[in-house]
Amino acid sequence: MMFPVPDLLPALPEIFVLGMACAILLVDVFTRERNYAYVLTLATLLGAAAITVFTSVPQVQTTFGGQFIDDAMGDVLKLMAYLAAMTAVVYSRNYLGERGLFKGEFFVLALFAVLGMMVMISANHFLVLYVGLELLSLSLYAMVALQRESKQATEAAMKYFVLGALASGLLLYGMSMLYGLTGTLELPRMAAILQDGVKDTMILAFGIVFIVAGLGFKLGVAPFHMWVPDIYQGAPSAVTLFIGTAPKLAAFAFTMRLLVDGLHPAVGDWQGMLAIMAVLSLAIGNLAAIMQTNIKRMLAYSTISHMGFLLLGILSGTFAGYSAAMFYVIAYVLMSLGSFGLVVYLSQNGLEAEHLDDFKGLNSRHPWLAALMAILMFSMAGIPPFVGFYAKLAILQSLVGAGFLWLAVVAVMFSLIGAFYYLRVVKILYFDAPRADAPAMTPAFDIQALLSANGLAVLALGILPQPLITLCTYAMQMTLQ
Amino acid sequence: MFEGIGLISLAIWVPILAGVLILVTGGDKNADGQRTLALIGSVLGFLVAIPLWTGFDASTSAMQFGEAAEWVPMFNIHYRLGVDGISMPFILLNSFTTVLVVLAGWEVIKDKVAQYMAAFLIQSGLLNGVFGALDGVLFYVFFEAMLIPLYLIIGMWGGPNRVYAAIKFFLYTLLGSLLMLVALVYLYFQSGGSFEILTWHKLPLAMTAQILLFVAFFFAFAVKVPMWPVHTWLPDAHVEAPTGGSVVLAAITLKVGAYGFLRFILPIVPDAAHELTWLIVTLSLIAVVYIGLVALVQADMKKLIAYSSIAHMGFVTLGFFLFNPLGVEGGLIQMISHGFVSAAMFLCVGVMYDRVHSRQIADYGGVANTMPRFAAFFMLFAMANAGLPATSGFVGEFMVVLGAVQVNFWWAFLAATTLIFGAAYTLWMVKRVVFGPVANAHVAGMKDINSREFVVLGLLALCVLGMGVYPLPFTEVMHASVNNLLEHVAHSKLAY
Repeated sequence: MMFPVPDLLPALPEIFVLGMACAILLVDVFTRERNYAYVLTLATLLGAAAITVFTSVPQVQTTFGGQFIDDAMGDVLKLMAYLAAMTAVVYSRNYLGERGLFKGEFFVLALFAVLGMMVMISANHFLVLYVGLELLSLSLYAMVALQRESKQATEAAMKYFVLGALASGLLLYGMSMLYGLTGTLELPRMAAILQDGVKDTMILAFGIVFIVAGLGFKLGVAPFHMWVPDIYQGAPSAVTLFIGTAPKLAAFAFTMRLLVDGLHPAVGDWQGMLAIMAVLSLAIGNLAAIMQTNIKRMLAYSTISHMGFLLLGILSGTFAGYSAAMFYVIAYVLMSLGSFGLVVYLSQNGLEAEHLDDFKGLNSRHPWLAALMAILMFSMAGIPPFVGFYAKLAILQSLVGAGFLWLAVVAVMFSLIGAFYYLRVVKILYFDAPRADAPAMTPAFDIQALLSANGLAVLALGILPQPLITLCTYAMQMTLQ
Repeated sequence: MFEGIGLISLAIWVPILAGVLILVTGGDKNADGQRTLALIGSVLGFLVAIPLWTGFDASTSAMQFGEAAEWVPMFNIHYRLGVDGISMPFILLNSFTTVLVVLAGWEVIKDKVAQYMAAFLIQSGLLNGVFGALDGVLFYVFFEAMLIPLYLIIGMWGGPNRVYAAIKFFLYTLLGSLLMLVALVYLYFQSGGSFEILTWHKLPLAMTAQILLFVAFFFAFAVKVPMWPVHTWLPDAHVEAPTGGSVVLAAITLKVGAYGFLRFILPIVPDAAHELTWLIVTLSLIAVVYIGLVALVQADMKKLIAYSSIAHMGFVTLGFFLFNPLGVEGGLIQMISHGFVSAAMFLCVGVMYDRVHSRQIADYGGVANTMPRFAAFFMLFAMANAGLPATSGFVGEFMVVLGAVQVNFWWAFLAATTLIFGAAYTLWMVKRVVFGPVANAHVAGMKDINSREFVVLGLLALCVLGMGVYPLPFTEVMHASVNNLLEHVAHSKLAY
């Protein structure tokens, strides 16, 4: 019996990352020098980026019997995911070292998480999607629990695991219903069957409800957001940095694959659900963030509201909306990398820069870091000339274009509320007197340079957003043609 | 001479780049160097703005010094600039005020000099952008971005309650502008994918759409003007801001709101504007009469001037909604005059505050005895604030009142009360502060103004008197644009 060998080229980046992750695991066993793992991880991500770029073709390719898809949207999101993961790893180096977490496990888990994201991004089949999701989630659970002696982190990991498992259950349940209805797990085939119309719309509706609920959990949108603040706060800051950035790209791809590639004919069914979830997220995220005194928790609520905004783009159900959402998620990841990166970077010499008060008067101590943080906060609030403004504008434009004028008004009203807590951070940075007992900082030049590049990118893309917008639109065009 | 870069671009980017340069070379070790750099930057910014005036063709209402470049082609957003007789004077006013502000903060600001000066220069460039922008998104970007430096100025160098004032200022203005953002996006779709403001001027719109757009724009600009009842951020911001911040707020940022009425509301939704004239006129008259009375009872000089600003701006919006040339031009003249006068008043209070560290009227008395030269200036500006003939304050108010008589006698009657209330609150304050016997040891110890302060106040005095005696150059440049606007507004856009 002959097995047909699938075309491995489209999946080459995944295969490379998998191989390297296993290799790093082995290298780490045989050496006490942890820097190898660090350097190798960065090299792996760079290599994966190179492979992704060189194997990229304009056409959509599928392999493994149509279960795996390699398209422009996937390539762009993967490249962003490598970039985000690399940046996060560099930002975390000193933080991890100071807390005894600078171990091979962290890097291997990070690589497996990236692999999970890549599989999610490239999945064209319910089961592949699920496998990717679980690979990502399990790696993240372990990363949260990495700080074993910390009660908070352990509790967060437990909570994350239980709620994550529940969400996976919901998702699987929804998938099984759709399988029962259409007899296929392949996304394009399911779309084709739904297009022709199905008899039992009841099961379809239920299946979609479960799938959307599962998605809601993974994206962290209300009313499935409860885990987000606890995990963001409880996890070590470096892990929060990791969770809060690259996986959002995968979650976006996941939503696109499921709802747009697979369930687009049922757009009327999920549109309303997304609208409710988006409005709730904007409301809960923005209102709850006001009351926070812990910056990680505050940023967690801000994430919820940003994810709500992202949903607004997807629910418009138009090409413009999808590319706007893609632009939004990339912009968000950039901003989130910078802001969590600063939290991680400032947490040194015994200080856990978690409380908002730890940032008091940062402008007097480190004007440049304060300026970077202020740029990121204004950008998150959607104030021009930063990239967050264009992200919001693109979403608003797609909403108005699709006829959801009222949603656009609701969204901007909640942005106004959101502006308050971002402004409060700027106030703390600039208007308050510095804490007298703030420990001196040991500058790390590579980290500081990367943080600067990160902050300036937010400004530069705000002044000249065209390249990124073109990229997102092009990717969507190639994918949805 | 400047190929590729237009004059308006220079007016925008010269101050901004100077500000960035100050920040980059920053650090508080070399404060004097930063001050000098800021002065050079602001003077340069003013110099590059002057050709906008001298080269201006007053015979046409078309946009001049136009520039256009693709910016975000995907959304059809352009970097499109141009000025007409309505916007050009404000670019000059703003660039001029920036020089004064830099001078006014010279030795007064000792903490974080570089950041202070840079904030004002960047702010100045952004404001020029607001007045020069002819693309909706470009306008919005400048309109919003200018909140950032002003927020920092109020919050970092302001008075005791500065944090409250800064956040209130930011959120209030953001509330308005976010609704405007939705309106801009809506207009983009209505016009078939264009963000060009001049295209929107020609765009036919149904009445409901016009009313909704009116409301959205009205929120954005009414907060900025500010009109009663959304004015409450202004007294807080003014009182807490450092002198320079108050000057910029009063002289320029308030004008952005009124400018928005002329650039957006009147030409884009003329029918709604006619329909809702009663609303604007009522709010304007309330501002003139009620806020005038509120100003009368203030014990804090800055607060008093803040309320007087609101009353004066009520005049401006009233003038715009008379829909006759006298009213609109009077409103514009009033805006420019108020730019000079309120700046001067705040600078005068700043001069006294630097010496005594109090803004309370009750803490002063008999200042004329110790600061005769200052008292003369203060008196002059107070007269201008009260609208005395031969000062700039008179011209605009008189034109608006004349315009109002043509429309409705009672509007004119109520508006004219400002000549009484304005005189009452301003002159009463001056009487208590400047005249009488020396009130206390602080006042006795006050030194008269130094040459730097003399230059600043002297320049403003020249402007106030010059404009009061011979306002023709100002009205001349506006004439064609205002007439064109009024003609445009007179035609309904429903029937196209």
